[in-house]
Amino acid sequence: MMTEVFLNGKYIGETNDPQKLVKEIRDKRRLGLISDQINVGYHDYANEIKIVTDSGRVRRPLIVVENGKPKLTQEIMDKLRKGETTWEDLLKTGVLEYLDSEEEENTLIALRPENITTETTHLELDPSVILGLSASFIPYAEFDRGDRVNYGAKMVGQSIGLFATNFLIRADTKSNVMLYPQQPLVQTHAHKVLNYDKHPNGSNVIIAMGCWEGFNMEDAVVINASSLQRGLLWSYMYRSYEAEEKRYLGGQQDIIGIPQAGVRGYAGEDAYKHLPEDGIIHPETVVNSDDVLIGRTSPLRFLGTMDQFISGVENIRETSVRLRHGDSGVADRVFLTETTDGTKLIKVLIRDLKVPEIGDKLASRHGQKGIIGLIVPQEDMPFTEDGIVPDIIFNPHGIPSRMTMGQMLEIIAGKVAALSGKTIYSPAFNPTPEKEIRDALKRYGFEDDGREVMYDGRTGKKFTAQIFIGSTFYQKLDHLVSNKIHARSRGPVTLLTRQPTEGRSKEGGLRLGEMEKDCLIAHGASLVLKERFDSDKTVVPICSECGLVAINDHIKNKQYCPIDGETKIINVEMSAAFKLMLDELKSMLIYPRVIIKED
Amino acid sequence: MSEESQINYSSEGELPEKIAEEVEKVAREKRLNKEEKEKLKHAVWNSYLESKFEPGEVIGIIAAQSISEPATQMTMRTYHFAGTAGLRITYGLPRLIEIFDAKHEPETPMMTIYLKKQFNTAEYATKFAENLIEKKILNIVKKISINLNENSVELELQDKKKTPTIVKTLKENFKEFNTHTKGDKIVVVAKGEVQVKDLQKLKEKILNVSVGEIKNIVNAVVHKEGEDWIVTTDGSNLEKVLQLEEVDERRTVTNDIHETAAILGIEAARSIIIKEALKTMQEQGLDIDIRHVMLVADIMTFRGDVRPIGRYGVAGAKTSILARAAFEETIKHLVRASIRKEVDNFKGIFENVMIGQVIPSGTGMFDLIAKFEEEKK
Repeated sequence: MMTEVFLNGKYIGETNDPQKLVKEIRDKRRLGLISDQINVGYHDYANEIKIVTDSGRVRRPLIVVENGKPKLTQEIMDKLRKGETTWEDLLKTGVLEYLDSEEEENTLIALRPENITTETTHLELDPSVILGLSASFIPYAEFDRGDRVNYGAKMVGQSIGLFATNFLIRADTKSNVMLYPQQPLVQTHAHKVLNYDKHPNGSNVIIAMGCWEGFNMEDAVVINASSLQRGLLWSYMYRSYEAEEKRYLGGQQDIIGIPQAGVRGYAGEDAYKHLPEDGIIHPETVVNSDDVLIGRTSPLRFLGTMDQFISGVENIRETSVRLRHGDSGVADRVFLTETTDGTKLIKVLIRDLKVPEIGDKLASRHGQKGIIGLIVPQEDMPFTEDGIVPDIIFNPHGIPSRMTMGQMLEIIAGKVAALSGKTIYSPAFNPTPEKEIRDALKRYGFEDDGREVMYDGRTGKKFTAQIFIGSTFYQKLDHLVSNKIHARSRGPVTLLTRQPTEGRSKEGGLRLGEMEKDCLIAHGASLVLKERFDSDKTVVPICSECGLVAINDHIKNKQYCPIDGETKIINVEMSAAFKLMLDELKSMLIYPRVIIKED
Repeated sequence: MSEESQINYSSEGELPEKIAEEVEKVAREKRLNKEEKEKLKHAVWNSYLESKFEPGEVIGIIAAQSISEPATQMTMRTYHFAGTAGLRITYGLPRLIEIFDAKHEPETPMMTIYLKKQFNTAEYATKFAENLIEKKILNIVKKISINLNENSVELELQDKKKTPTIVKTLKENFKEFNTHTKGDKIVVVAKGEVQVKDLQKLKEKILNVSVGEIKNIVNAVVHKEGEDWIVTTDGSNLEKVLQLEEVDERRTVTNDIHETAAILGIEAARSIIIKEALKTMQEQGLDIDIRHVMLVADIMTFRGDVRPIGRYGVAGAKTSILARAAFEETIKHLVRASIRKEVDNFKGIFENVMIGQVIPSGTGMFDLIAKFEEEKK
């Protein structure tokens, strides 16, 4: 039967010897006769050959294996080291090749050279390339439970570091930059390959395993106050704000500058006090929640019947850009530029210093996350015989159930690295062996299990138990309490239902939900329930005749019904949401009659 | 608690009949004198009062929370095989939902059959279980064939003794055919002209005819519990099983609520709901007070038929329009209410929460009823 051949998904012809065709293409590619970007896959179950040259495929390099022998030999490796040959040369000579998902189906890839059989077609460059980018940053990953590596990789992505080296001239909506990041003491190949030392995202800390008065229970950590004062895990949060001087139909346009008194929404002289004449905030001005950053006025968009005849300041609305509610900081820099339409565009970058505080989230690289539970002065922290004081006290209860042995190994490896002054290279599946590390520890005069005699900083007494202490890499994650803390007593309400707004940025209320409501009912706390739910209470005049909402005329100071005239009007207290429902029922042609008995 | 600090309720009231009887029984057994008996009665009366709900207590919501909170912890495991019984049973949340939704047929109907004293042996139970399983002609036939010459289907049984009964059943089932015996064979002859296709259909039908009295029971397993040999069945047919001579009809139950209600009455159905719901929870290692389940079962059955919790049952029967509209099918309830000029009296909890009034329960259910005239000087 003829085999169909497809090029980039399009049918181009048929062949009666698919194996030969595929082999020919691959051989020519390996000889450098055709482009190394061509991949071909033969699917015998569908009896089709797929040749692909599309852009946007994900491809990865592999070492070609022929007759049970990898084509990358020691000889070539030596040449590579000396610089006599290059990666491109290896591609052209067919030592290496890039495979895509289509061609991968026809391969049998060995993880290590010793696993090669006669069937094997390719060899991985390194067994740890089966991990993704984030997971590659985890040392001793194969000693952790799989899910922990997964969590760890996820949290690497949330860590604050030096996300880009040009951050000073960027205006990202929101970004974080760590002040004194360090490269980890225990590294993997990913750190080398990606020049991680140029943009690290964490810091090495001295970690001791122990409980501290319950302040590090449930995954919390106790942190050394002096370490924080030395700059440990400090970061800046940058947020950019922008204002455009838009032009509208009819020659009107926005005006950036301090708004004139009298425009609609004018917030008072004080609100614009800190702005220079041009209405754009000066760098290094301290700003707080809801402060004006860029003063601006816009023409009214929708004119009412009377408004058309009014001109001047009456017809202008204040549209200043303000700092987000709950934020504070310092104006870092101001960019003046223009949009593609040629209108004036201003971007203001606000910087806020984030010193680690109680409630900030930290994590190691092994899926061990926790928040800061207490900041303890250095003099109260435990210390070793040598006078080493830990930066972080980690609760040992977090270890047995999660079985993150990789973390334990990283701690003693980090200890050795700190003592020797050399980083330790431990990628997944090819780590520096535990024995080597233990021997090194012994050589430096320490217990090989990483434990040391420690003393209580408050009493000076020796702890009965020896404490496991070492160095490990810690990350500060982008979940800082200062960006989340929120409370409200009174505040804004939504227009339609008169219920409190939702969300921190809108100074919203915390909802007492359906299930919470049930709890109050179950407790029989009827009056508490009523009080909690009267956030939108209103007094509605109701006509006693027709049971519909009556009119309250403030000028004439009388109430009457639009249908029945001057009948008996009763003022009823109800939730605005219910009043809204009555209105909606009326709009559906349902007559919701409120029957009131007054006593 | 010391003697003094105990709450001293007046012992004026009457204990419920059953509790009073039990007190008497214990007093007799322990040979208490009059003074001791009074003391006992007093203690029982106090604990009886303490276990009563206070007026205004929202027992419905407490029951709902007490059942649903542990239910959230139920694992998602739906089926697994019970070790010894070897029967497939619906477990956990699906079964609980099935009970409270009052499904018309349980996913795995099941009977627990107890035997009368004289039949309570391993041999009897095993034989009984075997006979219980629904058999079809398919299972007992030795040979079946179509005779084209005579337009008939001929069959031969494994057990020739059964031939007369089978002939009888076939006669009942196929009245448009003539059934008679011919030697060891049973012959079903068509009246008049028929096609081969029809004969083939007839053959299939014959094979699927069930023999024996009891239908629906697919499997039956015997096991011992204490003194009793119990037959557990896959499939349920309470009506027929209760008529059997060997069955102890006082203890034999099915897990089919509607079947129980039809055959044993609504009170029995209520008991089954309580028993099954509690059992389902306890299997998962969750312990809830029986009274919460009893309340739910009461609400499901107090009208004389089994009604589900939900739109077409308990929740749909709420008096308040607003409460029903807020639950499910909002438009249906509102439109219907407006067409019928219904009035919501705001007597329930939900509708009062909606309009922001004090709910008529707990501390909010009390009001000053009597109106006093202004004090005269």
